[in-house]
Amino acid sequence: MNRQTKHGFWKKSVNGRTALLYLFPSILLFSVFVFYPMFRTIYLSFFLTDQAGNAALHVGLENYGYLLESSAFRNSMKATGLFVLYTVPIGIILSLFFALLANEKLKGIGFFRTLYSSTMGISVAASSVIWLFMFHPSIGMFNRVLSVLNLPQIQWLLDPEWALLSVSISTIWMNTGFSFLILLGGLQNIDEHLYESSRIDGAGYFYRLRRITLPMLSPTLFFIITISLINAFQSFGQIDILTKGGPSQSTNLIVYSIYREAFINYQFGTASAQAVILFIIILIVTILQFKLGERKVHYQ
Amino acid sequence: MKKVELIDLSKSYDKQVDVISNINVTIEPGEFFVLVGPSGCGKSTMLRMIAGLEQITSGTLKIGEAVANDLPPDKRDLSMVFQNYALYPHLTVQQNISFGLDVKKVKKDEQRKRTEEVAEMLGLTEFLKRKPRELSGGQRQRVALARAIVSEAPICLMDEPLSNLDAKLRAHMRSEIRRIQRTLGITMIYVTHDQVEAMTMGDRIMILHEGKIQQVGKPIDIYNNPANPFVATFIGSPPMNLAQAMVDKKASELIVGDVWRLPIPADEIDALPEAPLIAGIRPEHLRPATKETREGDKLIVEVTNVEVLGNETVFSFQLGADEWQAKWSGQWQIDLGDSIPLLADYGALCLFESKSGKRIKQPTDLGNFVFGKEVLV
Repeated sequence: MNRQTKHGFWKKSVNGRTALLYLFPSILLFSVFVFYPMFRTIYLSFFLTDQAGNAALHVGLENYGYLLESSAFRNSMKATGLFVLYTVPIGIILSLFFALLANEKLKGIGFFRTLYSSTMGISVAASSVIWLFMFHPSIGMFNRVLSVLNLPQIQWLLDPEWALLSVSISTIWMNTGFSFLILLGGLQNIDEHLYESSRIDGAGYFYRLRRITLPMLSPTLFFIITISLINAFQSFGQIDILTKGGPSQSTNLIVYSIYREAFINYQFGTASAQAVILFIIILIVTILQFKLGERKVHYQ
Repeated sequence: MKKVELIDLSKSYDKQVDVISNINVTIEPGEFFVLVGPSGCGKSTMLRMIAGLEQITSGTLKIGEAVANDLPPDKRDLSMVFQNYALYPHLTVQQNISFGLDVKKVKKDEQRKRTEEVAEMLGLTEFLKRKPRELSGGQRQRVALARAIVSEAPICLMDEPLSNLDAKLRAHMRSEIRRIQRTLGITMIYVTHDQVEAMTMGDRIMILHEGKIQQVGKPIDIYNNPANPFVATFIGSPPMNLAQAMVDKKASELIVGDVWRLPIPADEIDALPEAPLIAGIRPEHLRPATKETREGDKLIVEVTNVEVLGNETVFSFQLGADEWQAKWSGQWQIDLGDSIPLLADYGALCLFESKSGKRIKQPTDLGNFVFGKEVLV
């Protein structure tokens, strides 16, 4: 009797076991590169560490308490918030504008589509170096243009008032290509007949934009807003190359601050705590966005 | 209730090959006009040219009395139903129907009133608050129809509106569209590839093939007197049987498909050329031979396929190189391989010139297939 139930369970679970076998490679990769580091980070955030990053002293929530009181961390949070605010809305509106332009049926439009999406093909490091030159106080393009126009020179990356803005401008430029491509894809997925039908009714361009294009594009817009938000929160490369968090911490975005805490100050505990806080913030923002935004999204 | 006039209309995409050439036709006010043809014959392109969605390469398009070549679509006073219905998926049925009114800045009250009237007419009242994806194919089709009607445009264009429906619903919508068109008296231009739709719906139909008009006329005239072999096989189901034919003047016989000899009446023999011909005959004109039939008039054929459709029986056989079909009313107990004696009159034949496809003889004897109202008691 007992043997039979055992046999029964073995047989019943055959689908599950097959599924596990198929999933095994992904589970293995995810475990090594995602799950283990994630749990290790959470674990470390409760400890003070030695120089090699091993847990040394259990301090409970003290790392978090320390962070919430630290003015440096609050400054970094503020910079991150401003950075997200500068880059995401402008970046998306700009790429939407380009995508709408490039979606028109014109001769040679392929050239412009390639051009607008080309920043996607350039690495953050390479483009940051280019921007570094353009921002250069004496030989940079921007200051040259200003001097031609007889305007006062700006210390783009050296002035604490300007540095975050400068980094934001270069980030918008870097992200436009990707957003553009996704939005253009979304636009091209809209059934041409809808526009033809509205043309027979006599709808003008902006009426069509408001009542057909934007609602039909809303799933794509929603996706690109989510991705852009997460990307903005996680910006690192351009900070490292353009400003290294300076001047006077004005561009010390949270991921850069984590990096500095861990690999320059060797405070793996507080760095891990910051990473966990960033994770929670992104999680909350994304959940909020899904809750608020989804009502306005029309899935087919 | 406006007429649409196409004068020497042509369309070319690459300025070399015309996809539509030299179309001349006048569609009368209040007429149900059907454009029919196989896929890729240019019928949809023609409709889109009338709608203003495609440029006219050359020729003149007149709507009402005015030249409309360069008018934008919304100035042409027409509505259009698309094959995929082109409903706005993010709007409710009500908003979909009133979209065009909203564009034209019709007052909200008026919008609601007209939308509700049209919804009532098409039985959509209970679905007004739903989104298109929550409707069945037939209901979506109705919404598309409602959207065209609500604009009260005097001309309505339809581009294969029924092709996404199942057979039963399609038959139902055929009569429904016809009823609405009659009630409102609008001029309808209807594109289809389905000859049954063309036959049953059109006041007049126009058959297009490779961008050229094959024939324009009343459905029944086209069925009886097809202008060329293409029309003969395109209209009618099963299609007209065709085979190569030669006139043997000495014996005064017509040799069809090298195997079938039909005597030609003496008064008609002189009118026939010696050139190769194509002979055509409708399947229902191939009658069963009876005991009284002269042995020489019989055509004995071997059955290769039988379809019993309840009230009629269609069977196929090989005549020379061509497969022919015969249609008899009633349920016939015929098996594959049976030898069947057939009989046909020379009068029922249709003859075309082999080279040009021009018709040189139309069927005169339509047998017992045409009835006047006097027959009814």
